[in-house]
This record gives sequence, structure tokens and C-alpha cells, in this order.
Amino acid sequence: MWVTVTVNGERFRRDVEPRLLLVHFLRDELGLTGTHWGCDTSNCGACAVWLDGEPVKSCTVLTVMADGHEVRTVEGLEADGELDVVQGAFLACHGVQCGFCTPGMLMTARALLDRNPDPSEEEIREAISGQVCRCTGYASIVRAIRWAAAEQARARTATDGVGQ
Amino acid sequence: MQVPAPFEYERATSVDHAIGLLERLGTGARLIAGGHSLLPMMKLRLVTVDYLIDINDLRRELAYIRFEPDPARPRSAGPRAGRRQSVESRTGRSASDDEEPGREDAAGAGGPMPGASGVIRVGALTRHRELLEDETLRRACPIFHEAERVIADPLVRNRGTIGGALCQADPSEDLTAVCTTLDASCVIRGPQGERVVSMTEFYRGPYETAVGPDEMLIEIRIPLRPGGSSAYEKVGRRAGDWAIVSCGAAVWLADGVITDVRVGLAAVGPNTTGIPAIAEALRGRPPSEELYAQAGAIAAEHCTPVTDQRGHAEYKRHLAAELTRRTLRRAVARALAGGQEPLSGDGPGAP
Repeated sequence: MWVTVTVNGERFRRDVEPRLLLVHFLRDELGLTGTHWGCDTSNCGACAVWLDGEPVKSCTVLTVMADGHEVRTVEGLEADGELDVVQGAFLACHGVQCGFCTPGMLMTARALLDRNPDPSEEEIREAISGQVCRCTGYASIVRAIRWAAAEQARARTATDGVGQ
Repeated sequence: MQVPAPFEYERATSVDHAIGLLERLGTGARLIAGGHSLLPMMKLRLVTVDYLIDINDLRRELAYIRFEPDPARPRSAGPRAGRRQSVESRTGRSASDDEEPGREDAAGAGGPMPGASGVIRVGALTRHRELLEDETLRRACPIFHEAERVIADPLVRNRGTIGGALCQADPSEDLTAVCTTLDASCVIRGPQGERVVSMTEFYRGPYETAVGPDEMLIEIRIPLRPGGSSAYEKVGRRAGDWAIVSCGAAVWLADGVITDVRVGLAAVGPNTTGIPAIAEALRGRPPSEELYAQAGAIAAEHCTPVTDQRGHAEYKRHLAAELTRRTLRRAVARALAGGQEPLSGDGPGAP
């Protein structure tokens, strides 16, 4: 059946089987391979993308369920050739080891900071608790998200002026 | 690669439309909401469907958390006392909708405090995250907030719904225990109209409910009685996992003595009665550690755990007793404090 899905602001119209999972639609139909296909059982979170602004596991969403909806993937994080602050943070804090969990972690981190600009370590660990890093690099990932929060706060202060 | 068998897909435009489709398409049709139970089963080919009816567009009809005070027992005297009023928090569609000012105001101004009487109506399509974050529910039924914090993980909670969880009827599922503890009832609608069933009637056994092939669960009703509070605790192997054992307790007090108790256990066999033997043993007595231990012993007798990869049956029986003690202790403390005692472990998800 024909679906129209907006991905990273661009509308894509495709004829898909109803059983096609969103993760495969993104990777195989649209070539957006930044979203990783991991455990296939909604456990690992490597396939996390945003659906209408909220992170979800795209291995457990049908493409037809996203018809008419908005999806954001890791490819949609950078703006005007500039990495998002969470991407910069993962680089700065060595939040990336093998990189397999990274796109999902980045999408969750961005969603967390949009809702809660100053999360505690516990809140960060809770936010990424549906995602598995098999390098076990959690300490660096948590540090990266804290770094991104601080960096955003610093940028805001610089923009708004002191005391804002 | 796990892929479901082929099926046809249709979106329902209303509850009546969905029921009409179920009636017309027969037993090969299934409803899908969050899909986080059904899709994995379809991928494993444990379930095959001919038609999938997507009800995610029915949020206006089916996604809400609504408190209705009991008109016979006004919460406070005043110009509006006795008049039937309803406080609704329409659950948000997206992160931005969730921050509508009306949502918080509604709960803050008129939400039920512990001790209120009335009913909370929860639409079947309300998602786990909305249940977790709803202030009305958190204040009136702390058990919901505590259970939702440990159901799956935040990403799954963004999709999964209360209706889907109850209808899946997984033997380790948490919300059946929560609804049992709160003595909730389920509203089922079909071509012949609506019926309201207790949790005992609703839950027929693992993966089996009272919802017929051409029916759907549309609402969960939670009665609120004065002087009560509740708590929930889960022991799992790791974050996001199913329970080894979960336990909910609700207690009601008047004049310093226990007037009623309900306990709901998950993952230790069918358990939807609230365990009346506990209420019989505790009723009319002032709360004490001895009573909590006695309640725990009764809970352990009234469950049927099996040894599996999550633990030995005897260990689970031990947990049933211990978790009953802990949740009962916490529920009593809350009830005595009139809801002033902070929820334990507040953090992520808490406003």
C-alpha cells in the first residue's frame, strides 16, 4: 500500500508491504543506514528513531503505522552541516566505541535534553535504559550527555547574556 | 531477520468503525495499538493475522485520564460541592502537546487527593508514558506511578498502551496486578453494546481475556475510596525485564485501623482476586509490622509460582511475601500521611 512518511523534514511516498518494519523502510527503501538494525526484538534500542517527536524502537513499528507521520533519524540531527551538540559531545567524551548503539543513543539523548535540559545522572541512565551498549561504554555515554547539557547551557548563557 | 507473515492493514476511524471491522472480518482480524506485544509475537510467528486494524488514530476517543468525584461525597464544602464535576487530563499526542498548560492546571486545581472518593477513568489507548507522568493518577494512586517506572523502558513506554497490556494478559505483566490491587473494572464494547467486568472476569488466564473477537477494551475504571493509598514493587533481573515477582498493595484506614486491603501479584500464577484472606486477617486492626508479615505469609500461600529461567518457585514465594510486606508498609505510611509522604524513588519521569 502507498504511504507518505516525512523523514527528517522530507516527504517520501513509497509503495510498501504492510508488514515492512519502519527500520527496514528507513534503511532499505530510503537508504538511511544511520539507523541500525540490531536485536529485532525491541530490546537493544539500536534502531531508535523519533516518531512524532518521541523516541521509539523502529523494529517494532510498521511503516504503514508511520503513514502521515513524522520520523526523525540520526541523519536529521545535524543542521546546516553542523553536528548537533549531542553528536559533538559523544566525540568529545569518547561516547562512541564500536558505534553500533550510537545512533539510537544520540536520538534518545537529544529527546531527553529537549524535555529536560539539565538531567541528573540517574535521569540520563533511566532515559537510555532501553538501549544496550555491548562495549559497555555507559559511563562515557552518560558523561557525554552531561557534557552536552552543560554545553547547551553555556551556549544559551552566551546568547542570552549574563544573568539570564 | 524477523518478519511477520503477510496481512492486510486498515486504520480505524472510530471505535464503532473498529468494532464493525472486527465483526465483518472475523477471527483473522486483530487490533493493534502500541504493537509492542503483538508485533514481536507476529514476528516470531506465534500469532498470524489476516487483517490488522490500527486504532492509533482513535486517541480523541480512547486516550484520556479523567477523574470524576463521587457526587454523593463532595471533597470539600463550597459553591460547587455536590455538583458533578470532572477533571480531565487529555493525554498528549506528542512531547509538545504534553506541555499544554491545561494539563497540569487541571490536575493541580481539581485532581483528587488521597482520600477523595470517585472514579478515575483511563482510556484504553493511554500510553505507558502518559500513565507514568499523569499527576492526577500519581496523587490518587501512587501504585500506578511506581509500576510504570519499572514497566519495560522509556522507548517502549512511548508506544505501549494500558489496553494493549491488559489484553495481552501476559502472566508477568504488571498492569493486571495494578488494576487488581485497585479493584478496577474494564469496559468492553462490542456490536451488542458495552459491558463492565471485574479483573477476575476480565483475566481468563495467560494470554486470554474476556474480550471477544468482535469486541474491544475501551476503558479502565478505578474506584477511589477515602482513606486509602497504594504502592508497587517489582523485582527483575535487569532494567526493562519482565518481573521475577511484582506486588501491589492498596490499603484503606479509618480511625487508625485498617478497613480494607487488596494485594495484586504478578508472575506467580493467576492472581486477580486481591487476596480477600489478607483483608479478613487485617481488617479492624491497627497497622503493624506483625500484620504486614502475616499478610506476606498469606500472599505467599495464595500464589502458584513455577520454577523457570527467572528463578526458583521457592524464591518467588519468598519474594511474594517480602514484597507484600514492603508495599503494604509503604501504602499504610502514605495513607496515614494523607498523601503527604513523597513517593519513593522519585526521579526520572516525575514532574
